[in-house]
Amino acid sequence: MPSKVTALPVRRTFGQTMRTDVWWLQPVVVFVVFTSFVIYSTWAAFQGSNYYSGNLLSPFYSPLIWGDPAHSFTGTLEPGWWPSFLPVFSPAFVILWAPVSFRLTCYYYRGAYYKAYWPGPSSCSVGTPREAYMGERHFPLILQNAHRYTLPFALLLLVFLSHDAWKALWFETGFGSEELGLSIGTIVLTANVVLLGGYTFGCHSLRHLIGGGIDKLAGRPVQRAAYECVSWCNSRHMIWAWCSLIWVAFADIYVRLCAMGTWVDWRIL
Amino acid sequence: MKTATFKVWQGNSDGGELETYEVEVDQGYVVLDAIHRIQAEQANDLAVRWNCKAGKCGSCSAEVNGSPKLMCMTRVDELPADKPITVEPMRTFPVVKDLVTDVSWNYEVKASIKRFSPKTADHEDGSWSMDQYDVERPQEFRKCIECFLCQDVCHVLRDHQLHDRFAGPRHYVYVANMEMNPIDTGDRVAELREELGIGYCNITKCCTKVCPEGITITDNAIIPLKERVVDQSYDPLARLIKLVKGTGD
Repeated sequence: MPSKVTALPVRRTFGQTMRTDVWWLQPVVVFVVFTSFVIYSTWAAFQGSNYYSGNLLSPFYSPLIWGDPAHSFTGTLEPGWWPSFLPVFSPAFVILWAPVSFRLTCYYYRGAYYKAYWPGPSSCSVGTPREAYMGERHFPLILQNAHRYTLPFALLLLVFLSHDAWKALWFETGFGSEELGLSIGTIVLTANVVLLGGYTFGCHSLRHLIGGGIDKLAGRPVQRAAYECVSWCNSRHMIWAWCSLIWVAFADIYVRLCAMGTWVDWRIL
Repeated sequence: MKTATFKVWQGNSDGGELETYEVEVDQGYVVLDAIHRIQAEQANDLAVRWNCKAGKCGSCSAEVNGSPKLMCMTRVDELPADKPITVEPMRTFPVVKDLVTDVSWNYEVKASIKRFSPKTADHEDGSWSMDQYDVERPQEFRKCIECFLCQDVCHVLRDHQLHDRFAGPRHYVYVANMEMNPIDTGDRVAELREELGIGYCNITKCCTKVCPEGITITDNAIIPLKERVVDQSYDPLARLIKLVKGTGD
């Protein structure tokens, strides 16, 4: 590739720009929202309690493999292999690595958090703080290429969260049976699945795997329809990403406050 | 008729500065109109490249108020009236004079990329059959007018000046147009990873934001190409599947 480009303009330093709009607002909002989410979700994951309320399970703790014996798959509080030198076990620890790795390597989030945390650049046509740059060609950022390997886990979580939303439709009658109903909690958990579904099914890697990787989709009606669906979600990936992130935190807050007795899950039907 | 204050960069490769002009602007004026007025009435030696004045030739690329734009498609009444309007040359390329930059590097990069290599013709008359659906995907990339605003805004070229290792969004669009064409038989994925340096892109989406043709550069060209690079270089499972199918290298 030709390399000789002479007499380029002097590079601008960090934050230097001729832009007159509020270019800094978007990275600041991303920084605040993302940081708040990380702090809250870490705190919530370490709690290890108040993740269950009636027929509602917090999405941070789903699927509940270990935990409250009455509700967990294994019926035990914690796994036998959990290292004894680690002082705390929370059921969220064995779950959260999946959505965290999926979002961390997500093509949309990469662009957003590079701007907010690693200003390279903070915004378009705004000077960067450092001259050297390696991109995603070297460790550690070369690991971002593993995004597609986090996708199956994200899809699997959707199955469990859908099951949770289904369970949130059923209420105990007090006579040992259950009846179909609807509460605010049901809507919260169902909306969570819809938003996370919109985000996950719009994944760029999924789009590639489902049809983007081949050049000829004509004559493959099912694959073409699937590609169209994923492309539709993909075109709104940013919106899905933020809505699902905020909503999943809200869903945990909702279940937590219900479990603590601060809120009562109001039954509509 | 209203008056607007313009600060226009004037100079050459040795340096320059913003010169201030008061310009009368008519209704519907675009920045290029104002530049022409300055050229005609106040600074006859002001250099500016332009051609169609319809957003189709890609000649009048510049930075208006710090953002890469086509001057002919930027209306003056859409810019803040209370501040001077700055007009500068693109910062990613060497300045020739005033608002004119030397973009020849782009043509050299393009010439170095593996050419379109069609498969054997489907019909005796030398033509091919393609489904309209399969045509539409690469068709988006053919809207590119080579204004190089995407190259200008890309921080890898603009700030890190990696012109020797990174081809830039314009050329990924060019490659995507060929790679996603069902008729093409060429394989440019290894070239994308090595010579064209697609791994330097960190998906800021600035190129998509400035494209005057509305090409979804990042989502429809760069990321799909990055995924093809992952298939070939970073995904052991994809390589294994290709090997089993007998389509691997």
